[in-house]
Amino acid sequence: MAPESNVASGVRERMRVVDAGDQAFTIVLGERIAPEVVATVTALDRQIAALHQTGTLPGLIETVPTFCSLTVIYDPLQASRRQLLAEIARLPPADTHVASSASRRWRLPVCYEGDCGPDLEATAAALGMSVQALIAQHQQSEYCVYMLGFLPGFPFMGDVPSALQLPRRSEPRLRVPPGSVAIAGALTAIYPSESPGGWHLLGQCAVPLFDPERPKPSLLQAGDRVCFAAVDAAEHTRLQQAAKARALDPAAFLDAEVAS
Amino acid sequence: MSETTSEIEVRSAGAYASIQDSGRRGLRRVGVPWSGVLDPAWMKIANALVGNLATAPVIEHFDGGLVLKVLHGRVRVAVAGQADVDISGEQGVQRVVCWRSVRLDAGETLRIRGLRAGRLVLVAVGGLQVAETLGSASTYARAGIGRPLAAGDRLSALFSEASDFLLAEPPIDGDAVIRVVAGPQTGHFADDALAQLCAAPFAITEQADRMGIRLHGPQLQHRSDAHKDIISDATVPGSMQVPGSGQPIVLLADAQTAGGYPKIATVISADLGRLANRRAGETLRFQVVDVDAAEHAARSHAEMLAQLIASIRRLPGDGSVDLEALYNNGLISGPISGFDTEE
Repeated sequence: MAPESNVASGVRERMRVVDAGDQAFTIVLGERIAPEVVATVTALDRQIAALHQTGTLPGLIETVPTFCSLTVIYDPLQASRRQLLAEIARLPPADTHVASSASRRWRLPVCYEGDCGPDLEATAAALGMSVQALIAQHQQSEYCVYMLGFLPGFPFMGDVPSALQLPRRSEPRLRVPPGSVAIAGALTAIYPSESPGGWHLLGQCAVPLFDPERPKPSLLQAGDRVCFAAVDAAEHTRLQQAAKARALDPAAFLDAEVAS
Repeated sequence: MSETTSEIEVRSAGAYASIQDSGRRGLRRVGVPWSGVLDPAWMKIANALVGNLATAPVIEHFDGGLVLKVLHGRVRVAVAGQADVDISGEQGVQRVVCWRSVRLDAGETLRIRGLRAGRLVLVAVGGLQVAETLGSASTYARAGIGRPLAAGDRLSALFSEASDFLLAEPPIDGDAVIRVVAGPQTGHFADDALAQLCAAPFAITEQADRMGIRLHGPQLQHRSDAHKDIISDATVPGSMQVPGSGQPIVLLADAQTAGGYPKIATVISADLGRLANRRAGETLRFQVVDVDAAEHAARSHAEMLAQLIASIRRLPGDGSVDLEALYNNGLISGPISGFDTEE
């Protein structure tokens, strides 16, 4: 019994495989939350997807990219961990530069006004800056979607500027409204639906992050790039109404693919 | 084959009931769990009994109290589980055994009165019509995909004339150990934690639903405070995560797809349905197996299921069941009748 084992050969030297039962294993590609680690995860994910399309990985059900690892889920009636790992181990080293240059970039509207950002003042005070500076700094960065999880369509994005990093609220909220744009630690996120949550709420985004009626229900995917653009309350209300009427085309918030 | 559309009303959803099938795949990467029935083997048997495709949607129900009334037309149903079930109509109240199909006529009511063992019941309805979202009819309210069944909900089904069928020897839900594969984060725990997991019984707590089951047993020690959290990684159904309390939580079909607690082990797929069917207060034991053995167990489980389904036999059209055999198999108790009238 070896819950952790190294896959021999080539590019897999940095790759550690851990067991996750009889229908999954996890390939660990790093030990910290960082864009370059996510780029490695994304690159391997794309390589496996391409291999799967050629029919080389029968029994593969799906892969799940996270901050530092890629989990491969399979049907033990059609495949074994041994067979799948043997195929994956044959992959050539991934070009992580290609992976990141193929990312989509979004410019998402955020309203930081009025009731939209209930934690703006307390957060600015805790960080020792003005509300204006907090809003400006939150918008300054382009964020990488490290992974999705917690809720359907919930993006973990980073890194927020170090001046904005603070721990979660000591008292989590029982109800965070859908669309809330929030920060915690080095991460920022948007709550796709109402849920309990302990992050600091800075604003509201009217673009639906998750819609089960869309063929691709999640707006964002791991590896995407996201910028925030402030909108005023009137524009936010207009966008919310359009979203409610299902008249908001998410593609309108997509910049051209990032050039390398 | 002629089909007619029938309509059923949920008169009571009891403790909890929802539409589930084999679940949706391919969306864990965006945070959408598989959902689907907690015991896929039972779904396949129940569907076989009513002539459905193996993975057709069924009603999954916890702890009894579900009441379904046929408003018009006729429907064929089969109940998988260990439940007291009756049908009431103009003829009075009749008891019906699980693991067989039975026809309900307009005005008749099926009632899951209570469970003799376990907590899970699946009701297959022949030709049940449920719209799919993202490739599955499974309810997952957190993503806005359906909602649990509630009194007043109506379901439609396509009825076709057919025989009734019986599974004479239902799957045995014994006290066999629950097998786990160590990992993915066994290294976050004290050296003896895995041995502790297997040494003593763990009890099912009241905190058990479609997302997961909290267990209570010997405290599983993390290697240090720093080992109580991980950088969130993917979970799967069966993941056994251990938060700071040291008490494990086994994740099930509706659990979130990633988490920040270390996972000491993963319950193997062949045993997860049995675990999900355990009641609060019951105890169970774990045993560690390696991945090869776990994959082999999955194949054995599938073979046993195929044999069970192959053993399903047609009941004579006139209802003159081989009652002696039924009785000897312990499927019914008391006065012998395919249905027996309640006193």
